[in-house]
Amino acid sequence: MSHFFTYAILTATIASGIQYTAPFLLAALGETLGQRSGVLNLGVDGIMLLGAFSTYYVAYRTGDLGLALVAGLATGAVLGLLTAFMSVTLNAEQGISGIGVYILALGLTDLLFVKLVGTPTPIKPLMGLDIGLLDRIPAVGRMFFHQNALIYVAFLLVPVLGFVLYRTTYGTKVLACGENPAAADSLGINVHRIRYSAVIAGSTMAGLAGATLLINYGIFQENLTQSAGFIAVALVYFGAWKPGGVMAGSLLYGIVTAVIFQWKSLGIIPVSDADLAATAPAVITVLALLSVGRRFRQPSALAKPYVRGA
Amino acid sequence: MPIRTPRLRWLGLLGAAVVLTTAACGSSAKTGAPPTTNPAAPAATGGSTSSTAGHPFKVAIVAPSAVNDLAFTESMVSAVQSLKQKYDLQIAISDNQYVVSDAANLIRQYASEGYNLVIAHGSQYGSTVEQLAPQFPKVSFAWGTAGSTFNQPNIFAYQAASNEGGYVQGYMAGLMSKSKTIGVIGPINVGDAQLYVDGFKQGVLAADKTANVKVTFTGSFSDVGLMATAAKAYIANGADVLTGSSQSVVGAIGVAKAAKAAWFGTQWDQSSLAPTAVVSCQVYNWVPVLDQIFTAIKGGKLGGATYTIGLGNGGEKIQFNPGYPLSPSVKAAGEKEITAIVDGTLTPAQ
Amino acid sequence: MRRLLASESNASIVAPAVNWRRIALTWFALPLSAVGALLVGALLIAAFGSNPISGYHALINGAFGGGYALSSTAVKAVPLLLVGVGICISFRANVLNIGGEGQIAMGGLAATATALAVPHLPAVLLVPLVLLAGVGGGFVWGAVPGFFKAYFNVNEILSTIMLNLVAVQLMNYLLAGPMIDTTTPFAVTGKIPQTRLLSKNAWLPIIVHGTQLHLGVVIAVAVALLAYVLLWQTGFGFRLRAVGLSREAATYAGMPVKRTTTLALALSGAFCGLAGAILVFGGISHRMVTDGSLTGFTGSAGFNGIVVALFGGLNPLWTIVSAFLFGGLLVGGTALQGATGVPTDLVTTIEGLVVIFVVSIDFLRRRARVRAEEPPERPGTRTRTRPGLLRLMRARA
Repeated sequence: MSHFFTYAILTATIASGIQYTAPFLLAALGETLGQRSGVLNLGVDGIMLLGAFSTYYVAYRTGDLGLALVAGLATGAVLGLLTAFMSVTLNAEQGISGIGVYILALGLTDLLFVKLVGTPTPIKPLMGLDIGLLDRIPAVGRMFFHQNALIYVAFLLVPVLGFVLYRTTYGTKVLACGENPAAADSLGINVHRIRYSAVIAGSTMAGLAGATLLINYGIFQENLTQSAGFIAVALVYFGAWKPGGVMAGSLLYGIVTAVIFQWKSLGIIPVSDADLAATAPAVITVLALLSVGRRFRQPSALAKPYVRGA
Repeated sequence: MPIRTPRLRWLGLLGAAVVLTTAACGSSAKTGAPPTTNPAAPAATGGSTSSTAGHPFKVAIVAPSAVNDLAFTESMVSAVQSLKQKYDLQIAISDNQYVVSDAANLIRQYASEGYNLVIAHGSQYGSTVEQLAPQFPKVSFAWGTAGSTFNQPNIFAYQAASNEGGYVQGYMAGLMSKSKTIGVIGPINVGDAQLYVDGFKQGVLAADKTANVKVTFTGSFSDVGLMATAAKAYIANGADVLTGSSQSVVGAIGVAKAAKAAWFGTQWDQSSLAPTAVVSCQVYNWVPVLDQIFTAIKGGKLGGATYTIGLGNGGEKIQFNPGYPLSPSVKAAGEKEITAIVDGTLTPAQ
Repeated sequence: MRRLLASESNASIVAPAVNWRRIALTWFALPLSAVGALLVGALLIAAFGSNPISGYHALINGAFGGGYALSSTAVKAVPLLLVGVGICISFRANVLNIGGEGQIAMGGLAATATALAVPHLPAVLLVPLVLLAGVGGGFVWGAVPGFFKAYFNVNEILSTIMLNLVAVQLMNYLLAGPMIDTTTPFAVTGKIPQTRLLSKNAWLPIIVHGTQLHLGVVIAVAVALLAYVLLWQTGFGFRLRAVGLSREAATYAGMPVKRTTTLALALSGAFCGLAGAILVFGGISHRMVTDGSLTGFTGSAGFNGIVVALFGGLNPLWTIVSAFLFGGLLVGGTALQGATGVPTDLVTTIEGLVVIFVVSIDFLRRRARVRAEEPPERPGTRTRTRPGLLRLMRARA
């Protein structure tokens, strides 16, 4: 155990946890925006899968990572449009339509991978980006400032989303639509338009989350996300619909995962208990939620379509 | 609700009718005999009936991952396909059968369709083969990687002594590592992954008693992210040589490449995934095993034997990546260990 | 579809005039969704350069062509039906159970452990016992998130997903450790994460010789009938649906909302657990084995069951038909792959499309209903609390 508390290993563990966290965080922040407007998008995992695949496919075909990222974002946006159309215009049952998107993406990505790519071929990874001299800062330098650019984007989006939600007119409208759409409507807010925009923006972030995942690994595989999108939805509840809370939840999940691996690799957790130890992130997240579950209230109109009087 | 009861009855009848129809249809299949109706040809990507003389030898492969997985499944499929001409084979392949019960149905179906040999390529299919073999005594089954034929006359078992290649690569890793820290990542501590990991660890320690070799299992064969995270944990601990087993290593290979660490692969040649990081790979070649199985079947023996590929019979090969700047002395030491295993002077423990 | 139609008319206040558009929509909504999904699937097959007609022909033949195919389909439908029935119950209580995968695995493990513990009991006792153990395992794995939701306000989507992650690792741990086969000698190869051959007394008997059709098929159908009775003929079923319609109203009416919520998820888990037990003892291999993933054991029935229940209109009886159809789709997918070279992932894609179309087409139906039945409201705005398919289905009093 003493090995673990050395400076190099602690920082490296946290750095690895931060990188593992980024896709969860991106997807969860996007989901937060959507849920704050009153739309539950349970298809995040599917959007991440399709976002990851389109990123991979464009990078595989063109070798241009920038273009690939655009493809990932665009895929997210298009699926956001579909989700918004189902949830907002068609008033579809949101949990179920999301599961539909997930199952569709699960099948479609593998189908396309097998038919269009075939042999697993890696793409060029995105290298660590050192921001100026920041990564030379003692103690925290490499932990926080030697990550690839997408990871900075993920964490930068936390204050950005906080600002948008709490400090802008748009954010106020989003919150109003999530809490009391009828009142928002009576104030002249176009509830459908706000929800559309929030869901599309949120899904674009899910597409980016998929792209981040893909770029971290440099290759696509069937079911690449391994339920990461569902965990992201869970983290929104964990974070009580606040960007800061969502970040805390994502970091808890990511860093616990990284710490478990560090302990395994140091032999602190014996090989025979490896499977049991792997349950820790899930167990800890549920237990943590037990203690905070009663304190927070979800947006009042969450998952409730808004229908203007006939 | 006056209409509820009749409706319930009607629907109940419908439900019952479905069952009865099914049962009736089911019983129309000849009792005891394999079903007479052909439940449609299973995936036959490699299938062709280009037999010129007599009946072709029909081989079916059921495998858990994709035919091009650069690992377990690809090693078997390409071996069988390479023998197509030699034994006049008609080959059917069902890949991606990771759902064990679906795979079981396919294995049964191939057996009932008169395939001469059904290869159940996955240790998780063993029990299925054990149960089906007595029902199809004229069909030969092969399953692996495993070391037991369940004492049945029509089951062949095949296995890979992956500890041999693991030992050689571990030995080289022990010589190469400057930080004296070496990371090993497995999926679950079973099967040939377990063997490979044990052999590798033994090899490292044989080369350098002081080396720090650590083993982690992720708990999943397919989670690329967990493999990558495990690899990062090793890099963080100062590891400069990594190895791993299963189809989810692609993420870990990427980590090794980015951290400029060395990577040793197993099951198939993975150097295309990271030409600058992969030192060598233990490549499975099932041809020697298949040769023995085909010869036995032609001689009227449908099973009851266990075959092993290893460095000695050419079933395992250490494939060096020509693009990796491996020091000649390490390579020579590795080749010396290979020779020692081949001529029997060295036997890695199991 | 007559059932769906009838269920809606219960909600009407005014005797509706004959509205053919609405009748067409309510009768054909689900078949239309299926046709739409299959059409998109056909486009995909064509886009990959194969013939959709021969592909679908192979699919139908592989699923329903002849006794063996039909029996395979029926066997494949069993876990789908049981999970689907569980989903009917939880969704009607407005609880989204997406932890079916984990609940199936825990049911399978509990049943397996029972058979390992008392292998010598006679079949008359052991078969019911292992099935009950499966029910119990799933019940517990469903009750935990149900309890957390009811008493600690923990969202069930979160907890059921997390419990799936826990279940897979528990399964891997148990099958590679405490429950591993110690009876078969393995020469060189490392250990295989599987149990020993389970007691023959626990095997589900084959009811039609020469096929795979086992007792589980009968059990699943019987269970679906029971669930129907439970939902619509008992006080508990009434409370469950009332809680699903409006938690507030149910509380106001003095119903035990928390207990009902917990039980809804626990029962849903129990049905999944039974599916797990049947997968172990009705399968070919008669051992529980893991490939390291939940899907390897469940065949994704925990998710596919949601599609099945939805396509069955969240009604256990229609879910029987729905499960049989989707079982056929899954079984026939292999034949389709053989005929066209399009991987079985196409079937998953079609399933996803079915869900999307079902929830989308429901909009048209509701709009037709609104036009036909609802008197014009005063100008103003309102929020509909539980609109959609579920509401209509729950509205049967």
